Amino acid sequence: MNADIPPVVRQGASGPLVSVRDLEVHFDLRRGAWWKAQAAGGRTVRAVDGVSLDIESGETLGLVGESGCGKTTLGRAILRLVQPTAGQVLFRGRDIATIPQAELRRQRRYMQMIFQDPYASLDPRMTVGQIISEPIETFGLATGAEKRARVADLMATVGLSERFINRYPHEFSGGQQQRIGIARALAPHPDFIVADEPISALDVSIQAQIINLIEHLQRERRLTYLFISHDLRAVRHTSDRVAVMYLGRVVELADARRLYESPLMPYTKALISAVPIPDPAVEARRLRIVLKGDVPSPINPPSGCHFHPRCAYAVDACARVDPALVEIKPAHFAACIRISAAEPDIDRVAPGATPGLAS
Amino acid sequence: MAEAPLLSVRNLRTYFDEDGRVVKAVDDVSFEVGKGETVGVVGESGSGKSVTSLSIMRLVPMPPGRIASGEVIFDGQSLLTLSDRQMRSLRGKRIAMVFQDPMTSLNPFLKISTQLMEVTQLHLGHSKAEARAHAIEMLELVGIPDAARRMDQYPHEFSGGMRQRVMIAIALSCRPQLLIADEPTTALDVTIQAQILDLIRKLKRDTGTSVVLITHDLGVVAGMADRIIVMYAGHVFETAPTKELFARPGNPYTRGLLLSVPDVTDMTRGELYQIPGLPPDVSRLPPGCPFAARCDRAEAICHEVFPPLVQLSTQHHSLCHFAADVYQQPMQRTVAAADA
Repeated sequence: MNADIPPVVRQGASGPLVSVRDLEVHFDLRRGAWWKAQAAGGRTVRAVDGVSLDIESGETLGLVGESGCGKTTLGRAILRLVQPTAGQVLFRGRDIATIPQAELRRQRRYMQMIFQDPYASLDPRMTVGQIISEPIETFGLATGAEKRARVADLMATVGLSERFINRYPHEFSGGQQQRIGIARALAPHPDFIVADEPISALDVSIQAQIINLIEHLQRERRLTYLFISHDLRAVRHTSDRVAVMYLGRVVELADARRLYESPLMPYTKALISAVPIPDPAVEARRLRIVLKGDVPSPINPPSGCHFHPRCAYAVDACARVDPALVEIKPAHFAACIRISAAEPDIDRVAPGATPGLAS
Repeated sequence: MAEAPLLSVRNLRTYFDEDGRVVKAVDDVSFEVGKGETVGVVGESGSGKSVTSLSIMRLVPMPPGRIASGEVIFDGQSLLTLSDRQMRSLRGKRIAMVFQDPMTSLNPFLKISTQLMEVTQLHLGHSKAEARAHAIEMLELVGIPDAARRMDQYPHEFSGGMRQRVMIAIALSCRPQLLIADEPTTALDVTIQAQILDLIRKLKRDTGTSVVLITHDLGVVAGMADRIIVMYAGHVFETAPTKELFARPGNPYTRGLLLSVPDVTDMTRGELYQIPGLPPDVSRLPPGCPFAARCDRAEAICHEVFPPLVQLSTQHHSLCHFAADVYQQPMQRTVAAADA
């Protein structure tokens, strides 16, 4: 009966466009060459370890975290560019994680991706025109003169001159290559775009151009974004809501403004305090929380709350209990047993107390 | 300044000859670094910031590179006229460098201990035992836990942040007078970046080393540098004390850079200011100001005549025909405040 539903129907304000439920992506390191399995100790990387979140139609959900936290894998799993191990990805009510390949290919038209490395994501042997036409052909959207007109229109939309239509990717700068990648993502008229670190490979003066372009396209085409970045400044600017990941789990999720102004979870507090602010007056008086140690390996993450070995607030229970993502304040979720809705400020919680455990 | 600067770079020009064209990577760059001072060098890729530091260290590959003119005076000594041997005895001892990627600058086949010990054995004449003791001390200083045991591990056994600490330990082994750090935190995560910057700050305070911090991140220099040099297309576009540069930039490029960085404390979410266009190809610069094509302040003269370096206050200079005008305009952090 799935096939009867016309794919262009929007759910409007009635529900999220994308719903991720208990999503897990595990990579089994025992597979492959035996020496690699030996080196890995025969373990499993839990890159995404039980993530649930909703992406509302028309919003930008920012996804932040440090390298190895699983944010890229989560983005790819939502588009099923990697196969989830367990859980659901509901896109307009259909489970992308389990639908048959043929149906998945049809749905891909509505879910596109912008990649971090613009050059690596473009086929060096194809011209710009061919790159942008490919999705139009794949999904059978237009042919001949109409296709050419669409390509020219897309190039204009992303700020590339139509004169470049027969040029190859290497003839462009990084920022222009990213524009080509964006035009390709827009070509099949998607509703949802996963933008994975779309500006990190670009120069500072070019980053603002691409951020503005991405935001402009959202307003013009009512796009929904998952904006993945380690750059907390860019995420603050682009996102309506922000999810913070640490070692495969979402540890905090809130409206962007609230998350940056009053983070609840100790990891988020440290992360936000570590962002350098381009204002010497602010830098001179702000209090920076410097975390001890590195992000542990996701092959063998710490027990309980994965953050507890680096956390200044950790108590014994933190090593035992897996904290659930709980609504601490309205629409503000955090995974920490040392806070609760009644006692949201970790600095005011009695030493050793774990109000989050009782609830 | 009564005291002579530790480092003085004067009219440095580093050119590369490629396919019959001359790439003017560094073109008439002059600046000074005082004793105990931290100078931030900010620029985008191709601005010449890294080639400047490589020229100071005499690490520019020649050919295709050549130092077309200029002087580098370090502690009264002219570096560009030293013999290779004299330069080697200075490099790593009195001037040390930390690079962006700690994996490629450490030798993957050698234990950390070997790489740390060879520096002091070579430069300070340490015996093996002395060098080992000193190396452990250095690793402890940069905050590597369990230093004595980790000494005999290989670079791949360390995380990115830990490898950068090892690089800093090596660089500081001989208590250099000048540390050049070229994008030392760019490859690292923010929480690790905070640790490394904290470490450099602390070490600077304890040892009095002068630091040249090269970065593309204005946020990093805001909290670290006493003075900032902004580079573009091989030229110094602006130089000023940090506070003044952020409060009253005297160059349209600096101004554009400051405005285009999203501000986490900014609660309006209007459109970001954007510098239009692309950084120029330094092998085919037009006459006039290299930034003119992207500049919203540009007038006819900017496309024709190379701009003068205008002095705006005792320590503030800007390469712009209209530097004085730009300097007078108040800096508004949020362009789109009207949206709020």
